[in-house]
Amino acid sequence: MTGALPAQDLAIVLAWHDWLDLFAHYLMISLMSVGGTIATTAEMHRYLVEQHGWLTQTQFNDSIAIAQAAPGPNVLFVALMGWNVGLNAGSYAAAALGVLVTLVGALLPSSVLMLLAANWGHRNRERRAVRAFKQGMAPLVIAMLVSTGIILGSANSDFATDWPLYAVSVTAALVIWRTRIHLLWLLAAGALLGALGLL
Amino acid sequence: MTDAPARPRSLAELFVAFTVLALQGFGGVLPVVQREIVERRRWMTQEEFIEEWAVAQTMPGPNVCNLSLVIGSRFFGLRGAATALLGLLLVPALVVLALGSIYSHYSDHPRVAGALRGMAAVAAGMIVATGIKLAATLRRHPLPLAVTLPLAALGVFGLVVLRLPMLAALLVLGGTGCVLTWRRLKP
Repeated sequence: MTGALPAQDLAIVLAWHDWLDLFAHYLMISLMSVGGTIATTAEMHRYLVEQHGWLTQTQFNDSIAIAQAAPGPNVLFVALMGWNVGLNAGSYAAAALGVLVTLVGALLPSSVLMLLAANWGHRNRERRAVRAFKQGMAPLVIAMLVSTGIILGSANSDFATDWPLYAVSVTAALVIWRTRIHLLWLLAAGALLGALGLL
Repeated sequence: MTDAPARPRSLAELFVAFTVLALQGFGGVLPVVQREIVERRRWMTQEEFIEEWAVAQTMPGPNVCNLSLVIGSRFFGLRGAATALLGLLLVPALVVLALGSIYSHYSDHPRVAGALRGMAAVAAGMIVATGIKLAATLRRHPLPLAVTLPLAALGVFGLVVLRLPMLAALLVLGGTGCVLTWRRLKP
């Protein structure tokens, strides 16, 4: 739309009801994000990339990678996705709106719930139902995290040419699991391998 | 130890504290929160931190954001909660968007694209590793591993292979986990 924008692989049109739909979806994602927003990445991918085509696979993956590499809470990958959806829609104003819609949507319901629950949960922390909820969710929280990693790691679906990427993912997972090395070193190593054209 | 020895003197101090710690957190802010809030500033005791963290982790929403809400609200109520959350997000969001914009101008450059591809692969591994680390806590779960591990495996199958919506998985598998745990716990 304007010459100042970086070249986009994807041009979309978002009507006001699309923005509302996006906001409503992130409100729902917020309530589902037990175990952190990153655990709902699979749902965001299904919605943004597969269902609506508002974000390319590359933009989706890059948003997460940049937010992981940058300082700050990892939830900011949500802001970056909203920014990219807005850019795809054609303007920086839309990009700013995208950040607002996705980030406020992803945080508002969970924040209200958290504040309400903090007091109540603290007073009733010995109750059977409270303990059952806290502990009963554990297997699914783990499944959500592992699934998110697998979906991100297998985005490049051609194993014959992309096997080095899989190897890096598996190696990173093993190293993080078994050692206490700072995550930044691994991200740097991944960046270096990629920059040298080995991936 | 029931009383935290210190507290923030103003909303501004709270805001700055959370901005500073957020900007130190590469690939995870939680360890920095613990070091800054508990060990350096002594706004909470270790015991209080662990209790609040358990709730923050259980509730929906980003763990660290939830934790900042609780910490902020215990000193300044609702205003404190909003201030701590904004401190955590505002400046880092600008940094992330700036990095994202810089990146999009160079995304055609093969080395830049390659570097990010490598980082994305590592990030995917990081998330899986977090899941595996958490799986170790299932050994101390009220339910036996013979129940919790298949439940987790079923979740992965549903989400990765069947591409189930997260809400369906949460209601069915999460609900099953809660009900089974409830029955196992002594009243």
